Amino acid sequence: MTGTRPLISCRGLTKVYRMGDQEVRALDGVDLDIHEGEFVAIMGPSGSGKSSLMNLIGALDRPSSGEMWINGRALSEMSRDELADLRNETLGFVFQQFNLLARQDAFQNVRLPLRYARKEVGDIDARARECLELVGLGTRMDHRPMQLSGGQQQRVAIARALSNRPRILLADEPTGALDTKTTDEIMNLMQDLNRQGITIVVITHEAEVAEYAKRQIHFRDGRIETDTAHTDLKRASGG
Amino acid sequence: MKIGLAATSAAEALFSNPLRSLLTMLGIIIGVASVMVMMSIGEGAKAQIEAQISSVGTNVVTLQPGSMNRGGRNQGGGSARPFNESDVAAIAEQPYVEAVTGSLSSQGVNAVSEETNWVTSIQGANADFFEVNNWHAVEGRDFTQQEVQAGAAVALLGKTTATNLFPRGDALGQRMRVNGIPIEIIGILEAKGQSGGGGMGRDRDDMILAPLSMVRNRITGGNRWVSRHVSSIQVLVQDGYDVIEAQDELATLMRERRRIEPGAQDNFSVVNFADMIKQRAAVAENMSMLLAFTAAVSLIVGGVGVMNIMLVSVTERTREIGLRMAVGARGGDILLQFLVEAVVLCTLGGIIGMGIGWVGVYAYAQISQAPMLVSPIIVATALGAAASVGLLFGFFPARRAAQLDPIQALRHD
Repeated sequence: MTGTRPLISCRGLTKVYRMGDQEVRALDGVDLDIHEGEFVAIMGPSGSGKSSLMNLIGALDRPSSGEMWINGRALSEMSRDELADLRNETLGFVFQQFNLLARQDAFQNVRLPLRYARKEVGDIDARARECLELVGLGTRMDHRPMQLSGGQQQRVAIARALSNRPRILLADEPTGALDTKTTDEIMNLMQDLNRQGITIVVITHEAEVAEYAKRQIHFRDGRIETDTAHTDLKRASGG
Repeated sequence: MKIGLAATSAAEALFSNPLRSLLTMLGIIIGVASVMVMMSIGEGAKAQIEAQISSVGTNVVTLQPGSMNRGGRNQGGGSARPFNESDVAAIAEQPYVEAVTGSLSSQGVNAVSEETNWVTSIQGANADFFEVNNWHAVEGRDFTQQEVQAGAAVALLGKTTATNLFPRGDALGQRMRVNGIPIEIIGILEAKGQSGGGGMGRDRDDMILAPLSMVRNRITGGNRWVSRHVSSIQVLVQDGYDVIEAQDELATLMRERRRIEPGAQDNFSVVNFADMIKQRAAVAENMSMLLAFTAAVSLIVGGVGVMNIMLVSVTERTREIGLRMAVGARGGDILLQFLVEAVVLCTLGGIIGMGIGWVGVYAYAQISQAPMLVSPIIVATALGAAASVGLLFGFFPARRAAQLDPIQALRHD
């Protein structure tokens, strides 16, 4: 199932934004394959198109032209509901600003994707607890986001992204709001998850963060500039 | 499952801003309270009117001297020439008449028993009175036509008169004096209660019923111009005969007997009290409709308020909606969430409004001494109306939320 067919595949992917009477080509004919089990860092300066790519891979946005496939299915042929189900079952998101629901505690936040699941997901509460324990927050399940540190909030967000057992974890500047030490912790957690078989795509403009990934793709002006394998993986001193 | 999710997030959203929720609910609260007051006043009036109709009987026609305008108000009845016994006899011969009685009454007569005295009214009638009014003795017996013809000094007492005149409850068989005339009490009438509504009622059980001839000869005295006069005539129309037609025929008969020239105005009136009560019912119905309209307007205004606040809520929570979509909420899930929120908001307002409405109904019942009617149907209608407003006015904001673009919603701030 892996091997030949890529998990994520893009061909001629183009995204054009209109700003007044000006056209901005955020993505300009990108071809990209990502296979199951990869840990990819997408890098580039702001405005290089990396976030646009992330939104397209995440089925949150539709391309202006070009086609993309996730797990062999063409996204252009899917309805809004099918895209919602794809996000729910196959994808997990981690955002720079965490995007936790402020009025709900950690446990409820992690439970959210499970409650929208249409497939049988088993014991929701048990799964949410399991995910929070996985990210080391088993003792803070009843804390609201305001009562948690930035690193802890991002762990809750990761636990939420994992709750539906996604095949792909998409992280958009996951450490952008965190200090160096916490960044290490979060990236180590991602490496662990990748070792367990989850495909990870991280967007970052920090070279340090990209050091944790097995593959680094540099974007510039909406195109892929370099795409290199990276063997000398960084590990945090303590990890 | 999905409803549960929507309901919990709805409750959270409402309680996170209680003041705003309460203000939003205000229109619904007022609307539901007025729906409730309106419906129970309407039902109370209807019940009262139905009780009156059944007590009067729908096929009883009353003839009174003096003309009556269309609104049913008596105009100077006192000065008009009264009817007499031969009028009653003529009416009795009509084929459509089941029973007929003349009637003569006197207010403020002084009744004296061995124990005490009591000021009341006395009504004279013939033996058909009992059938016409479907009103009989519960103790003792009705008087007979022989007693009426003989002018026997016998009487039946209304419940109130009996208790006041004979506090020990032994009125039957006793004697009393009415304006000095000794009369034997042969029966106690069935209790009828208050007549008329709106505090204008009089106690129909506070009266003495006696043979017409005896009352005329010994209590009221005769009329200077009309011999053997009666002040009004009550006619029971046969079952199956059209009451309106009977009214017309009675009017024709009376015009002949009173020698009224063609084209001249009647100097008497023929009234079916059931009709008059039905007219009152129609007025009450119109009143109800007006109140219903007011309530509907208030609910619509409340609904617009709900829609407004839901739109604000959707805008405020755009990011949350985006996040929910990112983790897999379908448009339908978001629609349901906001729809449930609007319905919960309105239903909550409905419950508060019902509490206030109940107080209003209770106050009205106290003031007007009307029966207080809060039926399950009223409660269901009031709550149903509130929930429907939520559904109706919540739909547009909810659909707007559901149609948001995930990425734009996520980027919103």
